[in-house]
Order: sequence, then structure tokens, then C-alpha cells
Amino acid sequence: MRLDEQTRRDFPILERIVNGHPLVYLDSAASSQKPRTVIEAMSQYYARSHANVHRSIHTLGEEATELYEAARDRVHRFIGAASREEVVFTRGTTDGINLLAEALGRTLGPGDEILITELEHHSNIVPWQMAARDRGAIVRAVPLTREGLLDLDAVDRLLGPRTRVFAFAHVSNVLGTITPVARLAERARRAGAVTVVDGAQAAPHLPLDMSALQCDFYVFSAHKMLGPTGIGVLWGRRAALEALEPARGGGEMIKEVWIDRARWNDLPWRFEPGTPPIAEAVGLMAAVEYLEKLGMEQVAEHERTLARQTVEQLGAIPGVTVFGPPATVERGAVVAFGVEGLHPHDVAALLDEQGIAVRAGHHCAQPLMRWCGVVGTARASFSVYSSPEEVSLLSHAVASLRSHL
Amino acid sequence: MTPAARPALYSDTIRERWRRPRFRGELAGATGVAEDVNPLCGDRVRMMVRVDDGSIAAARFAGDSCAICTASADVVAELVEGRAAPAAAALGAEDVLAVLQADIRPSRLRCLTLPISVLQQALGR
Repeated sequence: MRLDEQTRRDFPILERIVNGHPLVYLDSAASSQKPRTVIEAMSQYYARSHANVHRSIHTLGEEATELYEAARDRVHRFIGAASREEVVFTRGTTDGINLLAEALGRTLGPGDEILITELEHHSNIVPWQMAARDRGAIVRAVPLTREGLLDLDAVDRLLGPRTRVFAFAHVSNVLGTITPVARLAERARRAGAVTVVDGAQAAPHLPLDMSALQCDFYVFSAHKMLGPTGIGVLWGRRAALEALEPARGGGEMIKEVWIDRARWNDLPWRFEPGTPPIAEAVGLMAAVEYLEKLGMEQVAEHERTLARQTVEQLGAIPGVTVFGPPATVERGAVVAFGVEGLHPHDVAALLDEQGIAVRAGHHCAQPLMRWCGVVGTARASFSVYSSPEEVSLLSHAVASLRSHL
Repeated sequence: MTPAARPALYSDTIRERWRRPRFRGELAGATGVAEDVNPLCGDRVRMMVRVDDGSIAAARFAGDSCAICTASADVVAELVEGRAAPAAAALGAEDVLAVLQADIRPSRLRCLTLPISVLQQALGR
């Protein structure tokens, strides 16, 4: 049975009628929908077990702490981390990158370099600009090839003795380009740079194994992988995390506090000041369980098929441009496209009239939009519940768009 | 949740103004020019005015934008021509909506208001 046939009934929102049509939700890269198990796990947690974690010596506090830490164990296994101490909960991908930019930024000096790429989301550009600005450091970017892949020759040229950080996306949120993380991490290590990987568009769609990826840090969000908003994961290799001075203080991240100084807590709590997103961790745990039951290899294969069908079908429509690597190159679960003579916002608004939800705009990747030579694009993206029928509905709707405006 | 009686997404006026804008183009001898972007989508609009003796002798727009934004810029330029500069600067979204005869959803309101705020910048407000 196809993955969407197995899963669709688990997602209550997919029963919605939008503008008189059954919802065709093709915006999962922005945020995925949630299965009933996630919604119920969070609701059960609030109905039965909620209290603050770690410092409450009573039954509910202990239950909440157990659940929160069980979520960490679940994520630890899901991503192939060496230990649970390497899994830090954040508020999301953006928060994770900012945490790293703040902490790593403090170690930069004037003339030091931060290397990013031209396909980054703003959240993997702006925090580094801020860190560089504060320390007199410089941000450089790896250019793309004509096909929308990273220019690997340029990587070698740009990784120099002053490069301290190399931050890049695992999967582009616009082009769907999959970057060779292990190879890039290896080159960065030789150059003496720390690698930070934005896994927001990879964690929901690809099997992950941190030991194989060999980067120093990897960040992602729960809400794009069937989990709730408000929580994300920062994975760090133990040695990399230990070398990192916390940039944010508060309760829970300390062992002992005096008026003029404090001693940090152990990993991972050292990087989790304040009350964490507890219910969200419970939801994330349920999401990971759901994905593991399906199998990430099956998830990846399902979405690869949908992406390929979309590239082929949209690419065959006169006046439609599909951005990113050709259909023969493996890509993530996103397809960005443009319709000649139509603004992407109008494309999205007209598709919405038929109940089809796609994203339109610059996708928080304006440097990449300039590379594409457009103001913005429309973008269809997929998750476990997306179906080939939905891809066909999209293609038919797009084919008739130009007569609508 | 009934979808019934939902007004058309784009009014005839928006379609017409988008297809055949009347005030798109460069403006020779412009006395005020401003350009800005809609952070939501990256749309870019430039408004140009020629103020002569305190009132707007001509207004034009240029840019790369969606149907709503383009139609709005076209209407803004038309409405302010011949007006005294302070009256032109006081133009509001409701004035443009009245011409467009459209029900703009909150998520698209910025598309409508961008040309208005750019015009105010062009007038030095």
C-alpha cells in the first residue's frame, strides 16, 4: 500500500473542505500537518501529567520530567546520535542557529570568516551576519552551479585558514538540492572550521545518521516533521558541545550560582535555560514514533516519487518553469516553479480557490531568488500523506491558470 | 464552514488594471521618487511624482509585483494626479479599495498598501 493510503486517515485536518474543494495541502515544507497521535499525546500530557520539569519533587513533576527526557532518548535514537547528552532541545531551527551563532560568534576575531552558501534560508544567513558584525568577521558564500547544486570547487577555494564556521543547509527549501554533508564536513574539518548544518528540510524526509554525516552541529524543527511548533533539536558532537560556551543564561543551565559567577550544568541542560517546551517535546516524541513506524527509507522513497512526478508534470506545461536540479538528480520534497506572466502570489491565490495550498514568495531565501532571477516562486512540497492524485490536481490546476487572470 | 457566496478573488477592476495598467512607466522630470519592497514576498514598487506648484501634475509607477499590488499602484497614481500634495499623501487603503471594488483578504492587504506608503515616501512624508 502506498504511504499516503496508509497515513491519510491519521491526519484529521485533511478532511477539511477549503473553498468548496477537499484540501490539497502542498505546503508541508513550511509546516507539516499533525497525525492524531501527536495531537492526543500533547492533549493527554496537559490533561494528566503537566508540571514543571527537573525541579519538582512531586508525582506530576516526575512524570513530566520522565516524558521530557524520554523524548530526548527517542530523538537520540532517531538521528543516530552517539549519546543522549548530544541532543539539546531548542525552540526550532532558527533558534538553534541563533544559539550557535551567538556562542560561536564570541570566539571570532576581526578578519575571521564564516562560510555559508547561496541557497540558504534567511535563518542560516542573518544570524551569521549579526555574529560577524559584532566581531569584525566576514561572511562569504559558496556559489551554485547552473543546475542549482553547490559548486564544490568553490568550496575548496573558499575554505581558507581564516574560515572558522561553515554553515549550510542539508536540503534547500526552494530548489530541493541535497548537499553532500559528509564530504563538506570533511573538507571543513581539514580547514579547521566548525560545521553547522541546517537540517530543517532534511529531518522530516530523509533517514538521518549523525555519525555518518560527520558534521559538528545539526539543527532542525519538530513542526516540519509532523510534530508541534515551538520545539526543535540542536544536535552537537559531544566534543563540539563541550567546547561551546553557553551564550544564554537562566535556571536549569547551571549547577551553582553566586552573585558574581556561576558554574554550568552538564550537557545537554547547559544549553536549555528556562522552562523548556515540555508538551512540545511530548508531541515531538509521538511524531518520531509515527515516522519510525512508517520507516524513513519508505518516507524518503514516497516523497522522491512525488517530487519527480511534480517536476515532470509541471515541466511539461507550456509557460511553466521548474527551478532546481533536473528530474534525474535526487532532490528533497520540494518543487519551486513559476508561471509565465503570473506573479507567484497570484498563482498561490488562484490555486487556493481550488483548495490547493502552495507557498508563494521568496521563501525566506532572497539571495537564492536573485540567483534564480525572480522576485519569488510558487512552491509545492510534500509529506507522508501527500498523494500522486494531489500532484495531478496541482498540475491540472496550474495548466489552466493563465486563463484565470 | 460554508464556501457559499464568497466574492471572486480578483475583481474585474483588478484584472483589468493588472492586464492593462494605465500609469505604468517612467516619469520624466519627476520631483519625487521612492521605492520599497514588501517583506512578505519581495515585491518591489517605485512611485514617481512630478509636483508642480504644490499639486501633483503627474504620477507613474514601476516595479515587479502581483496583480493586487500592480492594480493598487495604478489606482494610486490615477487618484493622486491633480491633487494637492498634502491631500495625495493622505490617501488611504479605503480610497483604493473603493475603486478596486474588491474584498482583499488580510494576508494580501500589504500588497494593496505598499504603493500607498511608497507614494508617501515619494512625497517626502
